[in-house]
Amino acid sequence: MTGAKRVAILGGGPAGLAAAQAALAAGADVTLLDEGGRLGGQYWRHHEQLTDRRLQHGWARFERLRGVLDRAEVHTGASVWSVEASDGLVRLQAVVGPADATARAALDIEADAVVVATGAHDLALPVPGWTLPGVTTAGAAQALAKRDGVTVGRRTVVSGAGPFLLPVAQSLAVAGSEVVGVHEASRIGALAAGWLPRPWQLAGKAGELVEYVGALARHGIPYRIGSGVVRVLGTDRVEGVVIAALDAEWRPIPGTEREVACDAVALGHGFTPRLEVAIALGCTIEGDRRGRFVVVDEAQRTSVAGVYAAGEITGIGGADAALAEGAVAGFAAAGGARDDARISGPLAVRRRMRAFAARLERAHGIRPGWTSWLADDTVVCRCENVTRRAIADRADAPLRAMKLATRAGLGPCQGRTCGRAVEAIVAEAGGAPEGFDRRPVLAPVRLGEVAALGRGSAVIDTEPARRDDAETTVAAVEAQQ
Amino acid sequence: MIRITVDAESIEGRDGQTIAGVLIGAGRTAWRTAQTGDRGVFCGIGVCHDCLVTVNGVEGVRACQREAVDGDRVEREVRA
Repeated sequence: MTGAKRVAILGGGPAGLAAAQAALAAGADVTLLDEGGRLGGQYWRHHEQLTDRRLQHGWARFERLRGVLDRAEVHTGASVWSVEASDGLVRLQAVVGPADATARAALDIEADAVVVATGAHDLALPVPGWTLPGVTTAGAAQALAKRDGVTVGRRTVVSGAGPFLLPVAQSLAVAGSEVVGVHEASRIGALAAGWLPRPWQLAGKAGELVEYVGALARHGIPYRIGSGVVRVLGTDRVEGVVIAALDAEWRPIPGTEREVACDAVALGHGFTPRLEVAIALGCTIEGDRRGRFVVVDEAQRTSVAGVYAAGEITGIGGADAALAEGAVAGFAAAGGARDDARISGPLAVRRRMRAFAARLERAHGIRPGWTSWLADDTVVCRCENVTRRAIADRADAPLRAMKLATRAGLGPCQGRTCGRAVEAIVAEAGGAPEGFDRRPVLAPVRLGEVAALGRGSAVIDTEPARRDDAETTVAAVEAQQ
Repeated sequence: MIRITVDAESIEGRDGQTIAGVLIGAGRTAWRTAQTGDRGVFCGIGVCHDCLVTVNGVEGVRACQREAVDGDRVEREVRA
């Protein structure tokens, strides 16, 4: 295959798989890496024996995409800890093996182009009591139901915003939990503004939503808009929640609170793009506190030569958007021509789905009033147990000083879980939160493993903090930003 | 079926489940001691590090990401 372009793809979800298929079709040598044990990403998370097939959507598409990968080099269980793009060459370093194991195999990859398709994770806003066992993100409920066939509780309340809550409720019901209710924070005005105009842009998405609501009805699960969990009750674990009606800005409406007994809560107020790799590569990121994404052109090219991005890191649009963008990115990364007939379909879908992403934000985007369901002593940073009051008190300090003083965002998750909430609290208290998504460490790898490779200093500019154990995970190390 | 020990208690899981899946399947929801109380799974996809356990003597393993292997020894982690 001399002369073929070498394309590396980071992420084996819908965007990455579509990129691999398109790059192969355009004649490239493809290497695909994913940190999970199986391909499919969060959307097609599965286990051959454990997953209930009723919970898989578009599975035939996944099998087709996976089917062409015998012509590619595929590494699952690969944690990429260093990325570089310069002089027309992309260099990636990873360790491959069981999650968080010691002495995983080193993997170095050189390519002519890279497609970054690292996806997103749940954005769960803090709620008083949310550190109690039994509270998970909606994505965790989905992953545990689909991948492991288990549910955290027997009576689950689902709360947050966005269409994702509906398949989560369905998964919980199929996997064996009663779903007491699904609470969508947005009210009818926002939902109508996002979902009703220009129905041709939705291309079946509204129909999917109606189908899901119908499925919930068949399971006897109430779907309540303009409401949400505003407090979790319990001492050692979840015993119930307080549900309140929310106004258009997501402020709880006084007098509407009611207690509901349950033993599990699934929270999902949106998604946070996983930008670490794109930021490390130097890609331009734009946006505001409502969401920051990798900037791409019509061919999914980022601001850095040879670096393409696709899927949720360019805007939260769901699997159909990710599939189209991935195909465009993979084809372009492989040197395929923009006017090639094989890519005209994905290009058209890509344009329509970018409009869909904007509509999702309009219908379900986080509104600033949510902070009024917090108490002063509510833990916001789960890793370091930092309260809302502690963050608000330091809001006028530069972000780095606030983080060092409070430790918010300096724990093992490096602010991935609390970043959006901390930014909102700082902004509300009059501060200027910037750059919470910059992290020196791309993926949790062990210092010992990197040291054994003999070139750890380039990426790990962090110092061990609390544990002096050199085998602790790098992500568990204090971030010096 | 597989069998793993959790803080010296033996529990059964299904082949292929993650350690978190085995623990939850056995009725446990929390297995790490943090300052504000016990923690278990929160994000479920390897981001939040709430579910860390020690596996066969190796600290800091995300229970939601690691597939359980028959005979694994899982121990609680305590962070003051």
